[in-house]
Amino acid sequence: MSLPIAPKPAIRRFHQASWDEKIIFELSTPGERGVLVSRPEPALSEAVGDVVAGLPAGLRREKKAALPEMAQMRVLRHYLRLSQENLGADLNIDVGQGTCTMKYSPKVNDALIRTTKLVDMHPLQDEGDAQGVLGLIYNLERMIAEISGMHSVSLHTSGGSTAIWTNIAMIRAFHESNGEGEQRDEVITTIFSHPSNAATAKAAGYKVVTLYPDAEGYPDADALRAVIGPRTAAIMITNPEDTGIFNPRVKEWVDLAHSVGALASYDQANANGILGITRARDAGFDVCHFNLHKTFSTPHACGGPGAGANAVSEALAPFLPGPVIEKVGDRFALNADRPQSIGKVAPFYGVVPNLVRAYSWIMALGAEGLRAVAEIAVLNNNYLMKRILEIPGASAPYATGRRRIEQVRYSWEGLFEETGITSEEIGVRATDFGMHYWTSHHPYVVPQPFTLEPTESYSMTELDEYAAVLAEVAREARETPEVVRTAPHNQTVHHTHHDDLDDPERWAITWRAYQRKYFS
Amino acid sequence: MTRSIGLLINPVAGVGVPAGLKGSDGADVQAAALARGARARSGERAQAALAVIAAAHPHVEIITAEGAMGADAVRAVGLSARVVYRAESPSTGADTAAATRALLDAGADLLLFVGGDGTARDVASVLHPEQPMLGVPAGVKMYSGCFAVSPSAAGALAARWLSDERLPLERREVLDVDEEQIRHGRVDPKLFALVQVPYLVGRTQSRKSATPVSEAAAVTAAARGAVAAMDDTTAYLLGPGGTTLEVARQLGLAKTPLGVDVVRAGGLILADASEQQLLEIVAGAPAKAVVTVIGGQGFLLGRGNQQISAAVLERLGADPLLVVATEEKLTALAGRPLLVDTGNPKFDRSLAGYIRVITGAHTVGVYPVQAPENEGAQSCV
Amino acid sequence: MTQPFVHPYLPNSAPDVKAAMLAAVGAESIEEFYVDVPADLRLQAPLDLPAPLVAEQDLVRHVEAVLAANVSTKERLSFLGAGTYNHFVPAVVDEVINRSEFLTAYAGEPYEDHGRFQALFQYQSLMAELLNMDVVNVPTYDGFQATATSLSMAGRMSGRRGIIVASDVLPDKLSRVSDFVRPNLDLAFVPTVNGTADVAAIVALVGDDTAAIWIETPSYTGAVETAIQQLADAAHAAGAILIVGTDPVGYGVITPPADQGADIVCGDIQAFGLHQWFGGAHAGFIAVHDDPRFIMEMPSRLFGLASTDVEGEYGFGDVAYDRTSFAVREEGKEWVGTAAALWGIAAGVYLALMGPQGMADLGETLLARTRYAQVELSGLTGVKLTDDALHLREFVVDFSGASVTAHSIVSTLRAAGIEPGVVVGEYELLVCVTEMTTQADIDRLVDAVDAALQNNSVVNTIAVNNTEEKSA
Repeated sequence: MSLPIAPKPAIRRFHQASWDEKIIFELSTPGERGVLVSRPEPALSEAVGDVVAGLPAGLRREKKAALPEMAQMRVLRHYLRLSQENLGADLNIDVGQGTCTMKYSPKVNDALIRTTKLVDMHPLQDEGDAQGVLGLIYNLERMIAEISGMHSVSLHTSGGSTAIWTNIAMIRAFHESNGEGEQRDEVITTIFSHPSNAATAKAAGYKVVTLYPDAEGYPDADALRAVIGPRTAAIMITNPEDTGIFNPRVKEWVDLAHSVGALASYDQANANGILGITRARDAGFDVCHFNLHKTFSTPHACGGPGAGANAVSEALAPFLPGPVIEKVGDRFALNADRPQSIGKVAPFYGVVPNLVRAYSWIMALGAEGLRAVAEIAVLNNNYLMKRILEIPGASAPYATGRRRIEQVRYSWEGLFEETGITSEEIGVRATDFGMHYWTSHHPYVVPQPFTLEPTESYSMTELDEYAAVLAEVAREARETPEVVRTAPHNQTVHHTHHDDLDDPERWAITWRAYQRKYFS
Repeated sequence: MTRSIGLLINPVAGVGVPAGLKGSDGADVQAAALARGARARSGERAQAALAVIAAAHPHVEIITAEGAMGADAVRAVGLSARVVYRAESPSTGADTAAATRALLDAGADLLLFVGGDGTARDVASVLHPEQPMLGVPAGVKMYSGCFAVSPSAAGALAARWLSDERLPLERREVLDVDEEQIRHGRVDPKLFALVQVPYLVGRTQSRKSATPVSEAAAVTAAARGAVAAMDDTTAYLLGPGGTTLEVARQLGLAKTPLGVDVVRAGGLILADASEQQLLEIVAGAPAKAVVTVIGGQGFLLGRGNQQISAAVLERLGADPLLVVATEEKLTALAGRPLLVDTGNPKFDRSLAGYIRVITGAHTVGVYPVQAPENEGAQSCV
Repeated sequence: MTQPFVHPYLPNSAPDVKAAMLAAVGAESIEEFYVDVPADLRLQAPLDLPAPLVAEQDLVRHVEAVLAANVSTKERLSFLGAGTYNHFVPAVVDEVINRSEFLTAYAGEPYEDHGRFQALFQYQSLMAELLNMDVVNVPTYDGFQATATSLSMAGRMSGRRGIIVASDVLPDKLSRVSDFVRPNLDLAFVPTVNGTADVAAIVALVGDDTAAIWIETPSYTGAVETAIQQLADAAHAAGAILIVGTDPVGYGVITPPADQGADIVCGDIQAFGLHQWFGGAHAGFIAVHDDPRFIMEMPSRLFGLASTDVEGEYGFGDVAYDRTSFAVREEGKEWVGTAAALWGIAAGVYLALMGPQGMADLGETLLARTRYAQVELSGLTGVKLTDDALHLREFVVDFSGASVTAHSIVSTLRAAGIEPGVVVGEYELLVCVTEMTTQADIDRLVDAVDAALQNNSVVNTIAVNNTEEKSA
């Protein structure tokens, strides 16, 4: 063969790195060291004697912990190989994590946080020494207050679900402060709202009432009217919902809640499609939260740390977690003297590196940029929907023929009825092309679901590539279904057997448990 | 252990559909249908399901009956058939039952049948209550909850069942109506059995946030919510259904599987009550009916629990029902309302609107209820 | 100025692409996508935000300038702890967790994100060795949440409401835990004696409604509990469990709580490879024995080994996928969400680097330096320790004998570039030393405190004299 090289095929010939790494304990070589620890100075040792020998009876560890013994570069190499067996949004066209907003986390923000001026700050230092970071957090709070239209903001929580917990904890404290804590024992949500709304409400002691959508997939206002009343503590809803459908009557919902003395809580974890378009407070909400790791670009980090922002109306402000940062003249000060506060929701002031990233992201975009983020995200979504619906067997249930906001919950129902291939099987096969998607929360309201959210970060050609992969897998489902059923084929690992994971006699949650159960 | 599938095709299932007849039970109807140019489609549907099984397990042997009752379709997709039954007149319910028995005797573990409610009822009549069955939808009437959504889906489920011993089972209802009644404009389906049906659950472990709940755990949780909602002074008329069976189990009672039992303060008052007996009980004391979604069509009343009649319910006051069902059951309705059809349209209309459905220990769903305007034998193919 | 808004983060803001995409979907403008948002909810004016710094160099300059106002613990001599600690972070840890494959991945699924499953399985396994327990979760948000969840597990398992709090608990942690558990649990506090648990009082209190005894070791004051086994026995005799909240940093040399009867061990892993980050880098662990009664109550993810179609290949997946079916009570059921996975990977790398000897050395260094600081500070006139328990990393010194407030010590020493500790009472200061604190650092602190005491005692003496003169 010689030049010229044939054009690239339409579908990428992807193969995930497969290092076939051992478990780290198998790499141990007795005597090797990865790092050495600063030892007590001779004079100090002399002054205090043998502190280990001096431990009280029973408190001195008899056998050293059976950790692996490895030289430094061997540890590094092992973990770098594991990193290569991961994709991550920087490599993957990560539009398949619908609801999770896998957008670009700008590299400059990662660089900015790695300063000793942040890394080496202790949270209880003199406020005078922390003016930079306190001021930055304060300003981020003000920017998020503006974006939500709310009065006050707390950035303490370290994830989305814990931010929702904080919403319900403030709602509970509010009703208790009015003497209505006992009376209001129900929280109303919708089946297409994020399930953490129901889960956190339950954890806070509430009974959860779930509403189902009307025939077109819109939240059912008549159902709300049928159940809301003096027992209602709050409605906790997402909008747009997981279907990407915006509830046009959302203000009516909030007004209904207020008419019975309930509060309205808005899950804006993912506000990506409505930044600068519409705001929580303008619809009358009392509480809302954002995930900084969705809407505001901080990386997902394999499942955290994320960061949450809780924004509240003036009436709810006294209940925010503490301490809060106040601006006194041109100084920033912490105020912990807040008797109605729900108290701490996390150590100190939140996931500070992510707060700096989010601040930097907003500062890089400004008002016009945030609005452009929303608009492009919505354009991308409707464009991708067009491409997906061109695939035979794929559909977008509900709101037929209408536009969607930032994501769509699609269905392979047609393909499934035709071939018996499930959405999960399609998803696993898609990983063979370096793509991935998530199906849906349980229970599956949409049959054979998959949820795509392209965000603003992916180019048109990347969206085309993603759609082409799904089209290819759908073709395979019809023509060579066994290829789909036996996937993955190009992955780090092969089809994994999950049976042992559900049996207490057989599961192995740690290497030591595995050794004990199978080799002793 | 290797598992085996027993396949049974009702060769005349569905012939009534293109002929405009509501059902295909009875030789004269079948003859009438065939005379109108009808074509049995159960064979094609069986092949669609079997093709999926063949792709996944090309060497599996299917235990089946001769000819159009199974072996023809099995061979048509390239699988080997072990024929254990030969029909004399391949169209009666008695044949279906006899064939089922033969498949079971030959060691079939999963009864895969191709037909409609009538076939399901005949298969269930001889099946051990713990033995799974699965329907390839091919009938005219399909009120029962034991059918997959399509022939290919049934094939995929059966193929999975062969290789995955942990595939879960769920208790579903087998309902059937007398077709002669349908053709004369009346629908009065009866509950004939509660059977075990395999179902697919998400298994890619793609979790976000809340722990997903298996259907079995969801039934347990929903039943727990119903038990928690009961008080000691009210008599509860426990209707039939998989979820109400679990309610009874949690109360420590052995429930009449297909009947209505009455409990109060955790104790059984009356088993398998008739409408008349229910009327007597509710006349004297506060009572509530505990009902669940029966079958695949979303009926709360009037399908399999006709003892809980409008007359009974009218005596229960403004809030006569304690409805218990899993979220999955509600979402499976794909937005269609729950239905009440007691035969008393005025009473049915009084229930229409939104109803609270207990879905868990601390969760309630709010779901629309309708009285069917134009009741009939709508098929769910 | 008429340039269209094209931003580097937004590929499809390029005008031609945008037009092509609109055409492809048959839309006149982006407005069409927002038809469901009613006009009265539409924002009429642009958001009132600071002018953007769209050029990356301008952004860098701005954010660097903001953060430059900070003065870090590298520029101060810090004895601050109380939840966030200044431990050494090996460079390899940062190298691994800054890999964008890890940093930018979602919570992932076993196929395309195999690496994170293995890294987190290894984290679980490495922690398990240190703690001598068979089950450790994928990290939850922080030690506060880990503790709140552990207590909730005890309540769910037993159906009881009573928690006996045996130790001094960090007030912020107690605030979080109390608010979280209050629908389901009641906390009963038994004051400590000499820094550690009052065993007799606790034994007398344990009863039929006790779900758990909760120990913190090292406690808020750094005191190491010595009666874990006795408290475990008391709990078990009443059908309750023993929960130990801890910082695992000392278990290279100290007996892990599991060897003394603990049923659940929980806490924070910030000490293992995470910088201080102004308190913004915490992750919580919950460890239990391999007992389904406990495991089924854990809300966190647990990764387990699984076989694959290929011999000798390690696969992974979620253990006990359907954990709710075992639950005794659904009350207080929690949630799984984006929490702190990357910090777990960091802690795993840290433990792999440290190895058995590294952790033993670290424990010894911490004990030695803590002891030295205790001895030297309490050797000053008017300064005493608040208890004589064994301490790890932190301890409280009391200046009441010198009539000098802790606040006064702090302000005086801050002026000298030293953060001497956290004020925990009028005269009490919580002092923290780590392996980063050298003998010379401790000596400098002691000298500075000594000097402050001398000055203050002069001031105090004068003040007292003045008062006497006036009243005379």
